[in-house]
Amino acid sequence: MAYDLEFEKPLAELDKKIAALQRKGDRLKPDEQLQLQETERELQQRTEEIYKNLSSWQTVLVARHKDRPYAADYINLVFDDFFELHGDRMFADDHAIMAGLASLDGKTVMLVCHQKGRDTKEKIFRNSGMPHPEGYRKAHRLMQHAEKFGLPIITLIDTAGASITLGDEERGQSTAIAENLYLMARLKTPIIAVIIGEGGSGGALAISIANRILMFEHTVYCVAAPEAAASILYRDTAFAPQAAESMRISAKELRAIHIVDELIPEPLGGAHKNHKQSAANLKTTLLKHLAELNGLSQEVLLEQRYQRFRNIGVFDHVAVEV
Amino acid sequence: MVKEAAVPSTGQNMSMNGSKPNVPGNLAVKCPKCKEILYGRDWEKNLKVCTRCGFHFKLTAHERIELLVDPASFVETNADIISADPLTFSVRSQSYPGKAREERQKTGLNEGVVTGHATIESKPLAFAIMDFNFIGGSMSSAVGEKITRAIELGIEQHIPVLIASTSGGARMQEGIYSLMQMAKTAAALAKLREVQCPYFSLLTDPTTGGVTASFAMLGDVILAEPGALVCFAGPRVIEGFMHVKLPEGTGSAEFVYQHGMIDAVVHRKDLRQTLNRLLGFYTKQGKTSETRGEEHGV
Repeated sequence: MAYDLEFEKPLAELDKKIAALQRKGDRLKPDEQLQLQETERELQQRTEEIYKNLSSWQTVLVARHKDRPYAADYINLVFDDFFELHGDRMFADDHAIMAGLASLDGKTVMLVCHQKGRDTKEKIFRNSGMPHPEGYRKAHRLMQHAEKFGLPIITLIDTAGASITLGDEERGQSTAIAENLYLMARLKTPIIAVIIGEGGSGGALAISIANRILMFEHTVYCVAAPEAAASILYRDTAFAPQAAESMRISAKELRAIHIVDELIPEPLGGAHKNHKQSAANLKTTLLKHLAELNGLSQEVLLEQRYQRFRNIGVFDHVAVEV
Repeated sequence: MVKEAAVPSTGQNMSMNGSKPNVPGNLAVKCPKCKEILYGRDWEKNLKVCTRCGFHFKLTAHERIELLVDPASFVETNADIISADPLTFSVRSQSYPGKAREERQKTGLNEGVVTGHATIESKPLAFAIMDFNFIGGSMSSAVGEKITRAIELGIEQHIPVLIASTSGGARMQEGIYSLMQMAKTAAALAKLREVQCPYFSLLTDPTTGGVTASFAMLGDVILAEPGALVCFAGPRVIEGFMHVKLPEGTGSAEFVYQHGMIDAVVHRKDLRQTLNRLLGFYTKQGKTSETRGEEHGV
């Protein structure tokens, strides 16, 4: 598979060299055979090196990679069955949020996901994974549905953020997001949120109030997209890489400050290099956390989720004269 | 540290002006909406509302407290909480702690929200009043913590909660910590819901972004001041995104009222009385707070 990101240039060159040698097939001379092995080893080594040390901005590029597995790919690869449920029962069915009943290792769960869309046609259909209020209201409805039937909720997060058009304001984007935070905080069923690509701002948070927050190794979770943060802080979106670094948005950095519970390993060179392996890693991690959460009483489950968010924040005290 | 900390006060005078177009000393101010030159003293007597067109100027947190609650009933809580610098953040050459220090000096506040408890016509309530002058009322860990504690005060004492919002949204300098304050405050409100204490949300100019998409829009009753900008994304952001020109008034208090997102638009002069009436409805329920508490195992 191609290495098409800017920082992957050295890898792309090695890859090209390998491909050229491989094309010779049986006509390879013994020293070329050796060279091929050597180059393959080098590619592996360099890839490991580069991916171990990705900067925040480089992580953004990997998280947004066009070949990265999307929610629909994981649904196919991880779950035995999936029946999509549609509509918010008020206004419309939003296609940026894909949700429904799924079977994970024979057990029913409620899945709520962002779906970005791979080709232009699907991107338009799915608004590139940026939900309208009706998407959040569909999620709201189905999460209540999950509580009613005691189904654990799994959310797969992958959005640049909530949609921001005039229609979104008219139909109450803020209200829709706020209502989801409010609901999820006290929902009497286990919730696991997994960031599979981009965790963009309130649009991601709105389906992420969970007992466990998991992130794939090369993903990001941020208060505002780096471009938006750059335009606020530097008045120039060209500073997005700087904004990304200073906000510390990569999975690795967020794990270090305990915002995230566990990182899900990605295949060498990123999840897009091997969808099957990524899906297998996701499945193993989901099953482990589900088993842990299923062992908790409802009271402990609720309190654990509450405290998880209650305790986030760093502040100081000053002496105050009264 | 002590020196740079702002001293909480109960009765600041009304001379601190939150909006720009004013003449030194507030002898006269110019209304940014109708361009009328207003005589400073009339304007202040009119609660900083334009006497000609009704434009509501911004109020500081302390001005709003003075406007809303019984004199001398206000007790400030958690005034000692200030921002830390969890990400060691700086933009160009300015560090975040440096910026915060400047803001503390400029506003006389320790953070962008003043919290505490007070009474309105002798009816007690816990409250959090945001102040736009402090880094645009942006959401920091400190702001989120103070608001959460104000809600917890309502839960513990079983009293209603009032939050007056004004915010440009997230504080970029605190990254993910800022975003998570949306979750923290909403979760605290979900706990308040379980003890059946009313939460009144007052939206003032401007209430946008993450604050709108969390506690601001979760009020049992949501009120807004006339003309206040109330939106998720500001009109200019939407125009840039959609490449269209939006009609006048998009994202105003009246706009969200028309679309069914809030309960009422209330003129500043009527706010105190409106809150008093609302508080009255919830104390005349026939059940005492104690029996309500027992029923729900609180």
